[in-house]
Amino acid sequence: MIRLFRQLGPFRIPIIFVFVLVFLQCLANLYLPTLMADIVNNGIVKDNITYILQVGGIMLLVTFVGAICAIAASFYSARIAIGFGRLIRGKLFTRVGSFSLHEFDRVSTASLITRTTNDTNQVQLVLVIILNMMISAPLMIIGGLILAYGQDKVLTLLLLIVIPILLVLIILIMRVAIPLFRVMQSKLDRLNLILDEGLSGVRVIRAFDRIDHEKERFDVANTDLKNVAIRVNRIVACMMPIMMLIFNLTSIAILWFGSIRINNGDMQIGALFAFLQYSVLILFSFLMLSMMFIMIPRAAASADRINEVLDMEPEINDAETVKDTDVEHGYITFQHVTFSYPGAEEPALNDISFSVCPGQVTALIGGTGSGKSALLNLIPRFYDVDSGSVLVDGVDVRDMSQEHLRAKIGLVPQQAVLFSGTIAQNIRYGKESATLEEVRRAAEIAQATEFIDEMPGDFDSVIAQGGTNVSGGQKQRLSIARALVRKPEIYLFDDSFSALDFKTDAKLRAALKKETLDATVLIVSQRVSTVMDADQIIVLDEGRIAGIGNHRELMETSQIYYEIVSSQLSLEEIA
Amino acid sequence: MSQNRASMGTAGQPQRPMGPMGRGPMGGMGMPVQKAKDFRGTLFRLLGYFKPQTLLLLIILFAAVIGTVFNIVGPKILGLATTKLFQGVMEKYQGVPGATVDFTYIAHVLLILGGLYIISALFIYLQQYLMAGVAQRVVYTMRQEIEDKLARLPLKYFDSQTHGEILSRAVNDMDNISTTLQQNVTQLITSVVTIIGVIIMMLSISLLLSLVVFITLPLSLLVTTVVAKRSQRYFAQQQRALGELNGHVEEMYTGHKIVKAFGREAESIAEFDRMNDTYYNAGWRAQFVSGMIMPLMRSIGNLGYVFVAVVGGIMVTKGAIAIGDVQAFIQYSQQFTQPITMLASITNSIQLTIASAERVFELLDEEEEQPDAVDAKLIESPRGKVQFEHVSFRYKEDVPLIEDMNIEAEPGHMIAIVGPTGAGKTTLVNLLMRFYEVNNGEILVDDTNIIHYKRGNLRRSFGMVLQDTWLFNGTIRDNIAYGRDGATEEEIVRAAKAARADHFIRTLPESYNTVLNQDATNISQGQKQLLTIARAFLADPAILILDEATSSVDTRTEMAIQKAMGELMKGRTSFVIAHRLSTIRDAELILVMNHGSIIEQGTHKELLAQNGFYADLYNSQFLGRTLQEEAV
Repeated sequence: MIRLFRQLGPFRIPIIFVFVLVFLQCLANLYLPTLMADIVNNGIVKDNITYILQVGGIMLLVTFVGAICAIAASFYSARIAIGFGRLIRGKLFTRVGSFSLHEFDRVSTASLITRTTNDTNQVQLVLVIILNMMISAPLMIIGGLILAYGQDKVLTLLLLIVIPILLVLIILIMRVAIPLFRVMQSKLDRLNLILDEGLSGVRVIRAFDRIDHEKERFDVANTDLKNVAIRVNRIVACMMPIMMLIFNLTSIAILWFGSIRINNGDMQIGALFAFLQYSVLILFSFLMLSMMFIMIPRAAASADRINEVLDMEPEINDAETVKDTDVEHGYITFQHVTFSYPGAEEPALNDISFSVCPGQVTALIGGTGSGKSALLNLIPRFYDVDSGSVLVDGVDVRDMSQEHLRAKIGLVPQQAVLFSGTIAQNIRYGKESATLEEVRRAAEIAQATEFIDEMPGDFDSVIAQGGTNVSGGQKQRLSIARALVRKPEIYLFDDSFSALDFKTDAKLRAALKKETLDATVLIVSQRVSTVMDADQIIVLDEGRIAGIGNHRELMETSQIYYEIVSSQLSLEEIA
Repeated sequence: MSQNRASMGTAGQPQRPMGPMGRGPMGGMGMPVQKAKDFRGTLFRLLGYFKPQTLLLLIILFAAVIGTVFNIVGPKILGLATTKLFQGVMEKYQGVPGATVDFTYIAHVLLILGGLYIISALFIYLQQYLMAGVAQRVVYTMRQEIEDKLARLPLKYFDSQTHGEILSRAVNDMDNISTTLQQNVTQLITSVVTIIGVIIMMLSISLLLSLVVFITLPLSLLVTTVVAKRSQRYFAQQQRALGELNGHVEEMYTGHKIVKAFGREAESIAEFDRMNDTYYNAGWRAQFVSGMIMPLMRSIGNLGYVFVAVVGGIMVTKGAIAIGDVQAFIQYSQQFTQPITMLASITNSIQLTIASAERVFELLDEEEEQPDAVDAKLIESPRGKVQFEHVSFRYKEDVPLIEDMNIEAEPGHMIAIVGPTGAGKTTLVNLLMRFYEVNNGEILVDDTNIIHYKRGNLRRSFGMVLQDTWLFNGTIRDNIAYGRDGATEEEIVRAAKAARADHFIRTLPESYNTVLNQDATNISQGQKQLLTIARAFLADPAILILDEATSSVDTRTEMAIQKAMGELMKGRTSFVIAHRLSTIRDAELILVMNHGSIIEQGTHKELLAQNGFYADLYNSQFLGRTLQEEAV
């Protein structure tokens, strides 16, 4: 966590302010009992009302200054903590933005989200607490002890005995309670998991008539949770009374020993008043501090997770001198490409060579895990090859700037991702400057106008976050329109028609064909009917090319292709 | 689905405070509060849960009062000792002969005081100890009620609510209630008793000094209301900004590939920076204002302290008050502001909790499924005859879906359902399994209207092998055995073999003991379907509902699934969501569905002859080339 806090650099000056202000505020709080002692010693004992009033005036002033300092400190610490949160969040977001898919595979997307949102908040929260209390508590303790020592040396010993007792007790209780809290948390998670499963599986449970079984499972978990929760809370229950008892017994002891010392003339009576106050301030600060130490481990875990992301170097970066090309359009060449996913034992692609020209449709077919998507991902340089090279328009993709390369490509991914915003905005994501005419046309080709027109707001209808208010097929069509509006040189369709019914699929492909006459098209699909018309079909099997050619050629030469086709079409259709 | 779930996980993850501090000293204060619609009603209903434990609650109340009162009396008694001490010292100072401090008296007082403090601590412990049981038992009961309720709610409810929404009530809201019951209820009691007790003690010592302390009261109220209200406004802004920010992060990360592919990184960062700034501006204000509350209250406490010191000091010199009482007063004035701050924060948490409780009660009050009739029949040995007679059904009152539908499926027949994706197979399952009730007409299984059967029993006569595979977190064995209670190991393996799943299961690291993770991502889509087939074999139902795979299944698994399904269907009535021509042509009856309703039915030949939607669909699928050529 300290490593993360090194980034507090830009806030150096306000932090110094906070330190000074908190220090002053502590002084003010501590000075009051001293003044009170003066009132007792010099005012009350000596019957001097003017003195009392004078000191009272000073006390008011001190209180006032203390309050101002407190407000100012709160102002600066708020700006520091939230500003720090903003800084870290911004760094994280920018860093994650530069990640390649590889880093996303390593740390899951969900985890990256949590790190950017929850973890930064956690750190921010702890920083607030540190700035507010972690600074003041030690100052209070040290200052309090010094002043107490100034009032009476011997009684200070009493505090030095009580403080360790307090600490030991706190630690003892925590040691028992914290593991139990963890157990309780896991029981709660378990209960919630059962609930969650019950909800997502409500149809299965009812279909198999297992309601009673589920109830029983829930009941066991619930009882379990209840018992642990009661146990934890009963242990924690002793915390407050014990603390209070220590505080109270300490003041009794102070009064007793103080009385003896006063009687012997070793101490003034005002000091006793001050001492009682100091002891409360000091012990309370210890209590605060010990509470703080419970929060820190959690924040430290968050900080570690954040650091881990900030330390990660994106694997794919632009070459130092980029070679952008505008001479050729739509040529893709794979030369002996071998590629393995990071950490994988076997390469996902093995010695792949082929080339594609503009105006051609190339289809990739093969079973799950045959490497179709991996191949497609290499073209926009989402991953880098292990050996061999991928050339786009004659230039190795590693030598081009990523921006230039991707500007040539219209990608329709396997999982259609839409963003919150209107339909038009989503389609325009492909080309910001697209006119409404262009947007409409792209939607038409993608067979999306039919359902867009049915929506209340037409092209201005709003897509919810994650596209939850449109169906899978509709999402896919919108994501196709998004790629179309770009009018790219190269189209990459990664199993992009899977959620469409056959009829829409066929209509879409017919419309596409006209649109993409001059472009290069790569289609990944599992459906024979989708690929059989392609100019070139590449059959992949376990990362290797098992055949290249058109439908008719492959039917004769490739056993695997034949198998795939016959599994989907009956004999007469093949013929 | 799984994506949905993942995002739910992050958003719905309750931010639970760990450790005994609960929400922290200033927890609820200054946070935006969601108000309950019917505060009183909900409160009383919540209190109703305590009824079985009234006696314990009374003991808790009693212990709280005793514990607090004994604690409050403390300073006053301590003051007695101080006064005595001061007396002795003053006499010495004034040179009264033989003057000394009366230590016997002081010792006496301090011993009594020590005793009081110990008793007070014991009572407070007793109160907290008992409260743990009471609170957790109430929470337990409520959770149990939720679970029971969920089991009785109709499917309609689950379909109309997002999963996250229901979970948030059952998890987050219950958490809120639990924390509050555990911590705030006792705090509330002690704070109220403390405030009253302290006021009484102060008044009993000196009216004048009490008034001096009360001067600070309006200030405290000002801080706790005005400042807190302000901070609530900023917190609301902050919360909104944070929601927006988190939403953006979630979208950009999940759509990372798209952002990259379309070269929109810079825009995404610019948008993020804008949101981050908005959040910062609202955030630091919220933090500042709420952070001010504590120090301000302390300063107000100090102010009271100064007033008491000065006025008290003067009064002592005038002999109007004993010095020990002044000292007691100082302690009281400090004890005074703390419960006020506490109360302000508790009020907020309580409002929050009542709002939560209201949401939980809303869930508990949802309309339930009609219970099975007492004399409901059991299907002893189902034959598998299924009839729809003049069935009408609609999800929404004003959107007709199925009107006057008639189907007749003889035992052992295969009924193919074809049509665009999402065309209504769910509806069919919903009606057959009686997840939803038909609006008109009747569905008969073995010539008896299904409403006369016990639901559980009816559902058992159906087997489902669907693409959204319905597996749960557990071992493969448990997942297969879900089909039938008390299945033996041998039966399970036999079912797996019949489903052609045995082989792949045995290649898994732990064979039948392999645990499927929550979204069952550790086996492939096709393998999942094989497992559900195995489950159906084991359950041995008379009627099947099957889903033919469309995509994401590799060729070999696809073959296995086909063969296994074929075997499973033998001798059973089956409804097949068909994608394969051979299936369709072999079917005794084809239902053509579109937009959720059946638009044509008949055999393959009949339907082709009709030259309607089916013919169109058939041609587009299998004569796709012709269509394309026409289009070009």
